[in-house]
Amino acid sequence: MGYNPEKPMEGRISDLGPPHYEQFFPPVIKENKGKWLWHEIIQPGVLMHKSETGDEVYSIRVGAARLVSVEYIREVCDIADKHCDGFLRFTTRNNIEFMVDSKDKVQPLLDTLASHKTSFPVGGTGAGVTNIVHTQGWVHCHTPATDASGVVKAVMDELFDHFIAHKLPAQVRIALACCLNMCGAVHASDIAILGVHRKPPMIDHTRITGVCELPLAIASCPLGAVKPAKTEVDGKEIKTVKVTVARCMFCGNCYTMCPAMPLADPEGDGIAILVGGKVSNSRSAPKFSKLVIPFLPNTTPRWPETVEAVKKILEAYAAGARKYERVGEWAERIGWEMFFERCDIPFTDKSIDDYRLAYDTWRTTTQFKYTSHVK
Amino acid sequence: MAKHETPLLDQLESGPWPSFVTDIKRQAEKKPECWDILGVLELSYKERITHWKHGGIVGVFGYGGGIVGRYVDLPKRFPGVEHFHTIRVAQPASKYYSTANLRQLMDLWEKHGSGMTNFHGSTGDIILLGTRTENLEPFFWDLTHDMGQDLGGSGSNLRTPANCVGQSRCEWSCYDTEEACHHLTMHYQDEIHRPAFPYKFKFKFSGCPNDCVAAIARSDVSVIGTWRDDIRIDQAGVKEYVAGNYPANGGAHSGKDWGPFDIQKEVIGLCPTECMWMEGDELKIDDKECTRCMHCINVMPRALRPGADQGATICVGAKAPILDGAQFSTLIVPFMKISKDNDFEELIDFIETIWDWWMEVGKNRERVGETMQRVGLPTFLSVMGIEPIPQHIREPRSNPYIFWKEEEVEGGFERDIIEFRKRHAA
Repeated sequence: MGYNPEKPMEGRISDLGPPHYEQFFPPVIKENKGKWLWHEIIQPGVLMHKSETGDEVYSIRVGAARLVSVEYIREVCDIADKHCDGFLRFTTRNNIEFMVDSKDKVQPLLDTLASHKTSFPVGGTGAGVTNIVHTQGWVHCHTPATDASGVVKAVMDELFDHFIAHKLPAQVRIALACCLNMCGAVHASDIAILGVHRKPPMIDHTRITGVCELPLAIASCPLGAVKPAKTEVDGKEIKTVKVTVARCMFCGNCYTMCPAMPLADPEGDGIAILVGGKVSNSRSAPKFSKLVIPFLPNTTPRWPETVEAVKKILEAYAAGARKYERVGEWAERIGWEMFFERCDIPFTDKSIDDYRLAYDTWRTTTQFKYTSHVK
Repeated sequence: MAKHETPLLDQLESGPWPSFVTDIKRQAEKKPECWDILGVLELSYKERITHWKHGGIVGVFGYGGGIVGRYVDLPKRFPGVEHFHTIRVAQPASKYYSTANLRQLMDLWEKHGSGMTNFHGSTGDIILLGTRTENLEPFFWDLTHDMGQDLGGSGSNLRTPANCVGQSRCEWSCYDTEEACHHLTMHYQDEIHRPAFPYKFKFKFSGCPNDCVAAIARSDVSVIGTWRDDIRIDQAGVKEYVAGNYPANGGAHSGKDWGPFDIQKEVIGLCPTECMWMEGDELKIDDKECTRCMHCINVMPRALRPGADQGATICVGAKAPILDGAQFSTLIVPFMKISKDNDFEELIDFIETIWDWWMEVGKNRERVGETMQRVGLPTFLSVMGIEPIPQHIREPRSNPYIFWKEEEVEGGFERDIIEFRKRHAA
């Protein structure tokens, strides 16, 4: 039995939705839902939650690559079968959590994780760097300006000591999106690694008629840079578009709408770094990440410029921020001029907003600090 | 499919972080098409550009979402990934799994696809990465018939909703994020699978203002737990923190010596509304001044808890920057009870009021937050039947350009210029 292509509609089931979550609860979770009183991170990567019933659950957090195989998931299942009654969960940030119901079960689980040839790093809690949420990159996407998994691997190798420790002033959330579409929603991260294009789209006049709704392509441009045009293909006049290059902000939205307008380019594409965003409402309101490095090249396979930039920002933050202060809160306290100086990042006009609502970010006070920028 | 030389990717096999390259190589031993994933990726590393083509409409009968078409631009060289479509499988709330369930899904994916996955995609779905068009229906048949599971959303529809860990393992969750997420996901299966909206639409459910699922940054309707009575204080717990017997911030700062815990500096001094103080060895909070930011509770989880009269703040309109810039969700309903007892009726009514309006006035590829910007917050509040209150704004407008409506102005807009000129010579 199975799908019968002769009768595609026969026996079809649809709109089942996801399975009910409760059947996947480990027993200690099922019995204590809504009864948890407090928690403590007893060591990096190991959380203990205490229930009003007296029960405890120990969650062991393990960093994963996000891009993982069937074989890897089976290996994870083996561990959960051995130690966790056959249950586990994933976090929003691509970590795996193995849960056990007593403290004496923690060390055997940690020992098992350490014994595997596959890397199962335990950490990602508290005032450290947790897993980097990220997108598909060159592994699977048609619009990326950089890879995702490779950059993340290179950055996490370098920052590994911060994944397994609680040495920073607060948690640091790093995110990567491989183009401006930001499937990874990196716009509210402590440190955002963002793929950017820098060359305007090419127009494939020979293809545009067949693959593109011209009005949609024209309307897709937020700055009106895509305009209707005519050209000749094989001696025949066709309708097409042209791009006013001076207006192009390299967002790639036209390519999303029209496959005949590719803009990716080995020299044009690379990475921008944005910092200081946060999602939590704790102390200060959520903040957007701000662009501090406009471009770093795609130096494969390990992106040394990007790794170095992230590390420098993290180290300056670790040295200068107060306990509990997120990257953005630190930057605002010391002032952005001081942020650039402390992080040793050259300030350029690319960090000055000249898009819509830009004026909101210009300084309209006599208050500033005399950093090296003031000559 | 043959193995390819991958000298660049091989350099990503060293180092302490898990290597996706090592993992794909392991999978390729069983699923040879994975050699072509590595082959085309190596080429991208060499040439520094993608080799995946612009989508293509593929799917299963009756659904407009859940599958994203993908083709390689060098199919002769990499035949294993000629078609490499993505399948989005709806994840269970909070992403708990049994190994039995995961193993069954992995068996299906080994049978019908490449064997590579994402746990999870950014929106929350399980992503099954790479299969051929002819495998889609057989996979869907097995997924629905053998597992009783289903696809998630893609395209201009309701995207698969997601939630934080919630009350299942967090003491701060002010409502049952799992039940709310699951209930609404089941309620809106049609909207998830059959695109009928101007553009994508997302719900996310966070249990408290720490917002672990980033609802306020990336969902059109952000349901974020809060309370409206007093923070619950255990003064005995406060004393333990002051005495240094409990680790501050749940042990989150254990790796560096920050000196002895100082409640004045670390809690009272960092309160954004300055509504806390010590009286002797008791911590006092002026709760009517509190904006429920969570800082004090985060720092002293064994002494402080959210209030007991719990619900959620509803914010609307977040999105990433494409096109007019990033937006956070805007506060629309300060407090709403979120309860299964009435099948989340109030929240559902709220969502459907937005949809009825947005489906009419929203432009193609315009997120609801952009529609709100275009028409203005006062218009949106009026559409929602919500009375404007100061909680809706950070500060009052600083320009005087009010769009007065005729009925708001005594005598209306119609006037007689001839009568005017009789009294005012030109």
